[in-house]
Amino acid sequence: MSLLTVIGLLPLISALLIAAIPSKSTGLIKRATFIATSLIAIISISLATGFDKTSTGMQYVQSNPWISSFNINYAVGIDGISLVLILLSTILVPIVVLATWPEADGGRWGAKVFYILILILETMMIGVFAATDLFLFYVFFEAMLIPVYFLIGGFGSGNKSAAAMKFLLYSLFGGLLMLASIIGVYVIAGNQIGATFDLAKLATLQIDNKTENLLFLGFFIAFAIKAPLWPFHTWLPDAAKAASPGTSVLLLGVLDKVGTYGMIRFCIELFPDASKTFTPLIITLAVISIIYGAFMAIGQRDIKGLIAFTSISHFGFITMGIFAMTTQGMSGANLYMVNHGFSTAALFLIAGWMMMRRGSSVISDFGGLQRVTPIMAWTFFIAGMSSLALPGLSSFVSEFLVLVGTYTRYPVAAVIGTLGIVLAALYILIPIQKTLHGPIIDGNEKLTDLSLREKIAIAPVILVIVVMGFYPKPVLDLINPTAEKVVTKAGFTDPAAKVGK
Amino acid sequence: MLIAPSLTYSLLAPILIVLAGALIGVLVEAFLGKTHRPAIQLTISIGSLLLALQQLWQIRDSSSLTAAVNSVTIDKAGIFLQATIVLLSLAAVLLIADQENFVAQASAIPGSIEERSALEQKNQQTEIFPLFLFAVAGMMLFTIASDLITLFVALEVFSLPLYLLAGLSRRRRLLSQEAALKYFLLGAYSSAFFLFGSAFLYGYSGTISLSGISAAAGNGNDIFLLIGIIFVSVGLLFKISAVPFHSWTPDVYQGAPTPITGFMAACTKVAAFGAILRIFYIGFAQSQTQWRPIITVIAIITMLFGSLVAIAQRDVKRMLAYSSIAHAGFLLSGVVALNKDGLAASLFYLFAYGFATLAAFGIITLIRDSTGEVTDLNRWVGLGRKSPLVSAAFAFLLLSFAGIPLTAGFVGKFAIFSAAYKSGNISLVVVGVLASAIAAFFYIRVIIMIFFTDPVNNSVSVIIPSIKSKVSIVASMIISIALGIAPSLVLTTASNFANFVK
Repeated sequence: MSLLTVIGLLPLISALLIAAIPSKSTGLIKRATFIATSLIAIISISLATGFDKTSTGMQYVQSNPWISSFNINYAVGIDGISLVLILLSTILVPIVVLATWPEADGGRWGAKVFYILILILETMMIGVFAATDLFLFYVFFEAMLIPVYFLIGGFGSGNKSAAAMKFLLYSLFGGLLMLASIIGVYVIAGNQIGATFDLAKLATLQIDNKTENLLFLGFFIAFAIKAPLWPFHTWLPDAAKAASPGTSVLLLGVLDKVGTYGMIRFCIELFPDASKTFTPLIITLAVISIIYGAFMAIGQRDIKGLIAFTSISHFGFITMGIFAMTTQGMSGANLYMVNHGFSTAALFLIAGWMMMRRGSSVISDFGGLQRVTPIMAWTFFIAGMSSLALPGLSSFVSEFLVLVGTYTRYPVAAVIGTLGIVLAALYILIPIQKTLHGPIIDGNEKLTDLSLREKIAIAPVILVIVVMGFYPKPVLDLINPTAEKVVTKAGFTDPAAKVGK
Repeated sequence: MLIAPSLTYSLLAPILIVLAGALIGVLVEAFLGKTHRPAIQLTISIGSLLLALQQLWQIRDSSSLTAAVNSVTIDKAGIFLQATIVLLSLAAVLLIADQENFVAQASAIPGSIEERSALEQKNQQTEIFPLFLFAVAGMMLFTIASDLITLFVALEVFSLPLYLLAGLSRRRRLLSQEAALKYFLLGAYSSAFFLFGSAFLYGYSGTISLSGISAAAGNGNDIFLLIGIIFVSVGLLFKISAVPFHSWTPDVYQGAPTPITGFMAACTKVAAFGAILRIFYIGFAQSQTQWRPIITVIAIITMLFGSLVAIAQRDVKRMLAYSSIAHAGFLLSGVVALNKDGLAASLFYLFAYGFATLAAFGIITLIRDSTGEVTDLNRWVGLGRKSPLVSAAFAFLLLSFAGIPLTAGFVGKFAIFSAAYKSGNISLVVVGVLASAIAAFFYIRVIIMIFFTDPVNNSVSVIIPSIKSKVSIVASMIISIALGIAPSLVLTTASNFANFVK
């Protein structure tokens, strides 16, 4: 059994153990979940230490037959891209668990169900990034919707059941389109090389152009809904507003990455020709996402809505980086996925604490927090600065790489994209000014600053944001070889104007 | 001189055992006292079903295949379908054994004094058991019949008891009787269509055997063949409730006693699809260019119509009725595929769908208020808080119907659609996934009602099931869950048994 399988199973086993604890002892449940997920995070780091950075092949592979009639295998393995995303998931989960002790009690079913759902979700998140069998990937891709659906509907606020339903239906619709494409790939494989779902083998298929374009679209729309890319994004703001902050962190920080990850792993690797055909269109959509998300974010009065729209803008950058088809763009996009995960986590968690204390999510209800709750204000400030890609903080490195990578091939798109950075200054600085500075608004005088538990939860996130801003090399070392391989295999070489690396 | 035909009893034994059980049941009904009847009838039913199952196991590798002068063909697929029907019937009979779903005295006029006194004296009749066994025997015969007359006889043998059973509901008797009458009248029409079509096919080919019709294809006036195929199809499409022959389904599903609805929904589908698969794969295989476009269009309309209209339903039994219409559309994709994968996929799908359906209707029988079962979905709100386990089980079944991964429904859909894609019917695959997306909406809406809405005062509760119902529901649930996570065993079996012999 591969270490990967062990790490994937551990959350599920923890969930079973948590299920045995009586619902009333919520304190024990919370502590047990935190300890379990922290241990999983530590074990998962050993994945990285034992990872051979020089090799671009899949590592920690394991393959066992699952549904032999269709030649479906339980096949897992990771390369640099999937490794960093698995690490992102396993590291964010304990932070979310620690940060959400009060919000877990506020739901419909109590803390036990909340943490069991989170643990099940963690297993699926690891599975979705680790799967090297197309069918297995699809199973995780769709099945992970169910715990999120219950997390939004059961523990959210406002119009939560409508938001949960919208989220599920959008994702299911995309997923079913992808299913049609998967069936197509499976049947074509059956005709050419024998029925298989093995990704490495599927990548060798020769598909005629028209079919390949249609199959590509089935996958791409599913991932564009997930990512979310304009114009498939409309479920995200509703879901993010309705979900509790902890759920939002996992939803935007990790789950949406499945979309961008899928674009790399499936759209580009399985359908390189179709990817080439659609690249101009996708780059256009990505640029629209960047600008649209930024403008919408400026107009938001609700903190959660603001973070949701900034994410749409950021996902535009990631998609642009991926489909620029240059090594810098690809590496930058991958790094961006990790950085966005942490900066969104910081924004959502701190915003969640602010909202919990104030009982409101409207930006104008805050004001002067810098004086009342300095630590909370500072952490929010750093998270905000990371989100607008201030040099020295993590997002800057990835945004820079994406823009440089895109510029060498699509200068116009890169220039318009840069406008997104300017807008980012607006949509981050204005809310920061309104919430943190200025006079203390009535009702805010008695807000309490972060508790020790909250400080412990947020400290690693802030640490990652700062360290990765100055020293992204360890993560880039993991990503670069795989990113280069993806671009080369898709038949692209970097344009001549190679800007230093 | 008359030579006695050879019947090959060993191959027919599974059906004969069930029929014998039904006849003994009739005698028990006539001669035994009412106090012991329910227990004895249940024992006879379960016993004969188990014996039939054992007999099916015995003949699973039998080399001789035809029996009763070539009027039935007991091939691999036939054995799989028969075994599916028997297994589903075993789960169904345990639900049916909860007699307080049924009227005490079927002959009493609704609302009359006789009805009330029969109920007060606990004068419960138990004719449902023999009727049930007759229906099961007819269904088993329907899946292996290989000539048109035997097909017709089997069709009637399983339909007539079902017409009666549909009218036996204890509560809301008028609705139940209306359902029975509708089912009977429309069923009679459809049988007439079937017979009419058979006559044309006989006129065209000069034979009633399916393989003979197949062999004769192309040797006569094709218009007669086409008319024959169309009319026979109408009779069969009625039974599987394909659009536009579906209109009885919601009324009958709603009016019939819930255990009977479950039995009908699960077993009739298996039997009718078994016959359809055999007729189209063997009898009409040579004339596929004529019927395939028609059935493709019907499959598409059925999938879309069932999924769309289900959205508007407020009654859980009607909703499941429309969902069963949509599922009939998915299954027709397997018929149109016309390859071995299509047959194997259909066999698996029928098996998985049958158990999920039985479990779902079993759970519906538990959800009640003081006057009886509550099928109005608006009153199911907040059920998740009162009985989380039952609600979670029902939600799981809904997700399986919707075809979410890790459920049996997903594996079945994948199998059917990949077979359809392989046969070149990509339009069916695309419509199928779109219909699944539409269908997901109403399944998930029910989950919202159960889990995300607070209970209101007049809400309902879940009764504690009798041990029989509990066994049935739990067994069906376990099978449904197992088929989702580890479908390999049944899939491989279905694929090994996916073989029709001409």
